[in-house]
Parts: sequence; structure tokens; C-alpha cells
Amino acid sequence: MNVLDIFKKNNSSGNVAKDRLKLLLVSDRASCSPEIMEMIKNDMIAVIAKYMEIDGSGLDIQITQTKENGMEIPALVANIPILQIKHMEAEG
Amino acid sequence: MSEVIVVTSGKGGVGKTTTSANVGTGIAKLGKKVALIDTDIGLRNLDVVMGLENRIVYNLVDVVEGNCRPKQAMIKDKRLSNLYLLPSAQTRDKTSVTPQQMKNLISQLREEFDYIILDCPAGIEQGFKNAIAGADRALIVTTPEVSAIRDADRIIGLLDASGCQKMDLIINRLRMDLIRKGDMMSVDDVTDILAVDLIGTVPDDENIIIATNQGEPLVGANNLAGQAYMNISRRIIGEQVEFLDLNNSGFFARFGAIFRPRSRV
Repeated sequence: MNVLDIFKKNNSSGNVAKDRLKLLLVSDRASCSPEIMEMIKNDMIAVIAKYMEIDGSGLDIQITQTKENGMEIPALVANIPILQIKHMEAEG
Repeated sequence: MSEVIVVTSGKGGVGKTTTSANVGTGIAKLGKKVALIDTDIGLRNLDVVMGLENRIVYNLVDVVEGNCRPKQAMIKDKRLSNLYLLPSAQTRDKTSVTPQQMKNLISQLREEFDYIILDCPAGIEQGFKNAIAGADRALIVTTPEVSAIRDADRIIGLLDASGCQKMDLIINRLRMDLIRKGDMMSVDDVTDILAVDLIGTVPDDENIIIATNQGEPLVGANNLAGQAYMNISRRIIGEQVEFLDLNNSGFFARFGAIFRPRSRV
């Protein structure tokens, strides 16, 4: 062990492992099974289709990380191609 | 009152079978009547770790298919008269047994034994589902490695979803020399990440390899791993056992421990 290693302790492989693991588990714990993702997708299509014409086959949803106040938190990101916006009057 | 404990990990090769053999033997040494069940159908191993491979007549699949009674398939341990092993089948696969059949078998065995310990196969498929079906609590075995801890976290989630009430963590294969250098995650690092209670730690000890070669569990032996497994066994049956210092080997190690992060078994 080199004397200089004492000052590098934070970069030791044990700490690297811990940091990698923490990041990994955030996404592991947040992710849903493919079946659940498919159900969310279909429900979203059904709701949005009431208000606009969308390309259901081009719809893509993913769970990713976003940084909020320095903390990694999972976020649901949806990319929904709009074909045409229906112009309708709000009822009630 | 019997208790059914599944020993599981997700990842293979972290020490489920060694833990099952040693904890089962340890609890039997403490005077309880114990049944060890190898649920890894197709990859039978607990029999060799226990040194009972030459005594197998019937196996787990024979029992659930009704080819024999549970009592005929249970092998009595060489050393302890209150310890029995139900071996797995070697020439069948995981689909030979269903979770319901495991539940039925376990409820029969509950009348006979104080503790039933299930050695779970690696993975999260049918074999895992069979093993956890009838269990009251789980021992989750991991090593201080990214892959093993990730899998343990997944297993904890699955056990949670299946309604498992009690889970305890065993951290296996700790190397104090590497932890001191910062090249291995410490016990605290692992328990920070996994949201379950720690029931014991086991050092990476060559005596385990020797014991496995000989087919004799080392629980209770006069070495660190033997002591660690005995402590875990005592904690499982509800005794309060203090965590021993893993650095505690020899005068110089003891002296040096003042300057080191502490780690306990």
C-alpha cells in the first residue's frame, strides 16, 4: 500500500462498488415488469385518445433517472407522437 | 411450534448450500429437531456438503409423487440423531414439483420437526417459487459484491411481494484484509443498501473448503467461520448473541484492531 493511497481512500474499489450499486438499485427498484409497462401504455393511449389523435404504435414509455435537489429519483418519461389535436369544447 | 426457513440469494455460488448445512447442523446441535430439504431439483448438492450422498434411497420428487412416505426419504445425519436430510432429485427438473405440493409436504413435516430449512436453488424461476411457497421466514445470503447484492435486493422485493413476514441477511465471504484496504464493501456498506436485518456475517475462511471436502459442516468448530455459523444458529432460535470481532485472531491482529474499521460476526 502506497502512502498516497491513504488520501485516495474515497476512490478505493470498495467505494466505487458501493456507488455503482446504489445507482443500479435505484433503477432496478423503480422498473416494472414488461406486462405492467404495457398496461400503463395502453391506459395512457385510451385516456389521451379522448382529446387528441395519437400514433399508438409510436408511443414509447420508459422509467429513467432524473436529478432533483441533488438526489437521483426515478421518472416516467413518455414520448407520444400527436397526429392531430381534436378541437372540442370543454363540457360542464 | 415449528419454523420453516428458506435459505436464498438469487445469485448462485454465494454460499446457500454451505449456509443451509451449517445452520441446520448448528440448530440441531442446540438440541432442536431439524429437517434440511434440498429443493434444487436437478442440481443436488446439499447431500455432498453434509457427507450423506451414499445413503440416498428416495428423494423429494419421490415424496411429492407419492412413491414413498416422507419418513422413508429422510436420511438421518451421521453425527446428530435429531438432524435429517430430504435430498433433491438429480435426474428430474424444477417443474416436477409445484408450490402447492411443497406446501403440503411442509405442513406434514411441521408435526415432526422444530425447524425445517429449505436450501433454495439460484434464480427466481419455478425452483425459487417452490422453495419459498411454504416458508415462514427467509435467510438471504449475499457476498460483498455488486452482482450478489443486486440479486439479493431483487430477491428481497420478490419475497416481500409474496408476503414473507421475516427476512434476515447473512453476509458471507468477508475478507477483512481487503476491507481494511478499502477494496471490499464492509458490513456497514452492505447493510446501508439492503433493507433487511443483519443476522450474521461469515469470514472467507479456508476451513469451509476443508469442511466441504470432508462432507462435515464446521459449525461450532474452533475457527472464525465455525463460530460465525454457531452464532447465526443461536440467533435464529431466538438467543441474544453479541457480534464477535472478525479481526480477533492473534495478538497483533487484536492490537492492530484499534486502528481499523471494526467488523463483527
